[in-house]
Amino acid sequence: MPLVKNLRIVEDPFVRVLDEAPVADDAAVLVPAARLTADAGELLQRGGRTGVIWPNNRNVAELAPYLDRLDVVALTFPKFQDGRAYSQARLLRERYGFRGELRATGQVLRDQFLFLIRAGFDAFEVTKPADAEHFAEAARRYSAFYQPAGDGRGPASRKQLAEAAAG
Amino acid sequence: MYVYDNFDRTLLAERVSEFRDQVGRRLSGALTEDEFKPLRLMNGVYLQLHAYMLRVAIPYGTLSSAQLRTLAHIARRYDRGYGHFTTRQNMQFNWIKLSDLPDVMADLAETGLHGMQTSGNCVRNVTTDQWAAVAPDEVEDPRIYAEILRQHCTMHPEFTFLPRKFKIAVTAAKHDRAAIRVHDIGLRMHKNGAGEVGFEVVVGGGLGRTPFVAKTVKPFLHKRDLLSYIEAILRVYNQYGRRDNIYKARIKILVHELGAEKFASEVETEWQSIKDGPLAIGPELIADVASHFKYPTYERLANEPIELQRARSIKPQFGRWFRNSVSPHKQPGYSIVTLSLKPEGAPPGDATAEQMDAIADLADRYSFGEIRVGHEQNLVLPHVPQRDLPALWEALDAIGVATPNVGLVTDIIACPGLDYCSLANTRSIPVAQELTRRFKSLDAQHSIGRLHVNISGCINACGHHHVGHIGILGVEKNGEEFYQITLGGRADEQAELGALMGPAVPYNEVADVIEDVVAAYVELRERPEELFVDTVKRLGVEPFKDRVYAAR
Amino acid sequence: MTAPTQQKLKVHGPVVVTANRLRDGAVVYRAALGGWTTDLEASAIVHSAEDAKKLLAAASEEGLDAVGPYVAPVDTAGGRVMPGNLREQIRVAGPTFDLPGTAIR
Repeated sequence: MPLVKNLRIVEDPFVRVLDEAPVADDAAVLVPAARLTADAGELLQRGGRTGVIWPNNRNVAELAPYLDRLDVVALTFPKFQDGRAYSQARLLRERYGFRGELRATGQVLRDQFLFLIRAGFDAFEVTKPADAEHFAEAARRYSAFYQPAGDGRGPASRKQLAEAAAG
Repeated sequence: MYVYDNFDRTLLAERVSEFRDQVGRRLSGALTEDEFKPLRLMNGVYLQLHAYMLRVAIPYGTLSSAQLRTLAHIARRYDRGYGHFTTRQNMQFNWIKLSDLPDVMADLAETGLHGMQTSGNCVRNVTTDQWAAVAPDEVEDPRIYAEILRQHCTMHPEFTFLPRKFKIAVTAAKHDRAAIRVHDIGLRMHKNGAGEVGFEVVVGGGLGRTPFVAKTVKPFLHKRDLLSYIEAILRVYNQYGRRDNIYKARIKILVHELGAEKFASEVETEWQSIKDGPLAIGPELIADVASHFKYPTYERLANEPIELQRARSIKPQFGRWFRNSVSPHKQPGYSIVTLSLKPEGAPPGDATAEQMDAIADLADRYSFGEIRVGHEQNLVLPHVPQRDLPALWEALDAIGVATPNVGLVTDIIACPGLDYCSLANTRSIPVAQELTRRFKSLDAQHSIGRLHVNISGCINACGHHHVGHIGILGVEKNGEEFYQITLGGRADEQAELGALMGPAVPYNEVADVIEDVVAAYVELRERPEELFVDTVKRLGVEPFKDRVYAAR
Repeated sequence: MTAPTQQKLKVHGPVVVTANRLRDGAVVYRAALGGWTTDLEASAIVHSAEDAKKLLAAASEEGLDAVGPYVAPVDTAGGRVMPGNLREQIRVAGPTFDLPGTAIR
């Protein structure tokens, strides 16, 4: 499952640690919610980067105390039609001011890329390699957006387009 | 109507291009059906019994004559020469090929039409009153706010994968012609004590397996707060609506399970965090959207011009049509004209390409180029000078859309049913056709009075049978078509669900039963002016049940 | 006439597998010789739930030509193959009334 960041396929520096195994001080790890809440102090004061894999049916407000020390929040799309993580993403970006990597995991398909970007995701564990290769193209498919969202594009672009047309 | 600018056209062109790519990837196998289905649904493309069906959005039921001609073109070029107007003010084509759809979308886009979000688990066509901006009892044109909502909800990144479909309706008149109380969100524009115009917000209405009338969650919402409040509702729904069971996934279930008060307070909490953010609506946004709407420059005309008076006195047929199909306009000297798409023996709500072209021409000539679609599946010419009514009537009659049965027993609302729809249990159109034959006498229809008959071919209730004065629901029993009858439903500001009259009856007895129900009403009514629905309210269903089932 | 995909598979009598053609939505039947046909007479007819499941499984693999396959009854009593219920009759013959524009006004 290729990881896409900045419109390109990249190596994933993070390793998933899904059990109770000890975590090296300099390791970049993604851990499940239960591990984070149990071992936050220990995990977050290491030199290595920490990320959490957060389920889509749990309130992201619970993450608020950790956000300034988390490098990655990975949100979940169990099926691509289950859109709860879009709300979680926007809340993390726009309400809680999360600035780290917001990663989409689960069933992540080409036709959702733009919605994901607009909701504030900036990293994507893309389900199909062919989709990953077309990421940049899919991300450019629309230039006009009707509403403001987590990526800062919205009605402002409406005005710009109108001005561009006039000028 | 709303006139697209460069921004709107750009978005639409990009959508057309995206869809062409998606269809190409489906036909090549790069996308499986499971992956493609939600994408095609979001462009209004269904797979039905015989072919693909395309549902074209007609935002808040307003069409320009150019757009109506485009629909006629699609019917002729890609379909079988006709289209169907739906209970949500949209149009459906029943015989479309997937391989043609990219070209269909491109042709539609030339006049600003599309199928975006007419299906799928997203916000659907925001509907309103087909008399918007011309009804005398209206506070303001609700279509401006319907358009603001439409834009906001179009390809909204957070709300494109909701638990289930989401339907919003707006009314701004005393009489609710938009059935807002059986929508997921209903908005009633009205004035508060201080004379400000705002919205009563009702949530959780809906029909189908578990019908509910919506509950008030906010008695008065200022215009400024419309988008942020709707956003809060959608966010609560997106996060907490059920995803485990599609029959329990609508917001009405969430409202019911939480209770209206708890639901309203969840929304309020979310709303407090966002109400002063970028979604606050300033007067510039309203002015900008309103400026895209084209309003007629009315002439100064007097009511009751001589042409009208003369025609009424010398042509009884014209007089009958005038009394039935013509309604008062807020502008003196003008009228609102309803075009009945329910002629005797015809499938309700259908129009041929020829009719569509002719109506477009008549709209140009007599109605400032504008047509409306009502949820009763009739059309409206909203700005007709009264002096032109006689000439207009002749022309409408010549193309078969002047049957003076608007609001009467043969003005039936019916879903496509088993003749078209893969979800249906039974047919509905032939039931409607037979009823129009049984009640064809216009004298009888007029003496019966206003009576809304709604027919659904399955429990999904696309015919809105729950809120029909007479509701007919098709059910399957041992491979045979049976129909349950409900009485006393209403879709308006006094919205109510109909009550079951008795055991379901077989297909070949439905028309007889309805005749008996109507005969019982005529016998039981206190006076001729007492409407059917009021007689049922007064007496309940028992007296009807007794008469209908006595002989069976 | 409950939507067939919502029903449990029970076979009482002859059945076929039917679907809609991907590119145009036309009604098609799983053919006796494999692939899909628009001709009901050329369809593969089976008589047990077991065989119907096999036919359905084979049909479901090829998502490129047809969509949404399911098992539908047929009536072979008269020596010809006819649709076995109202829904399937409508899929063969179209809506049970004259389409708009074709009826004599």
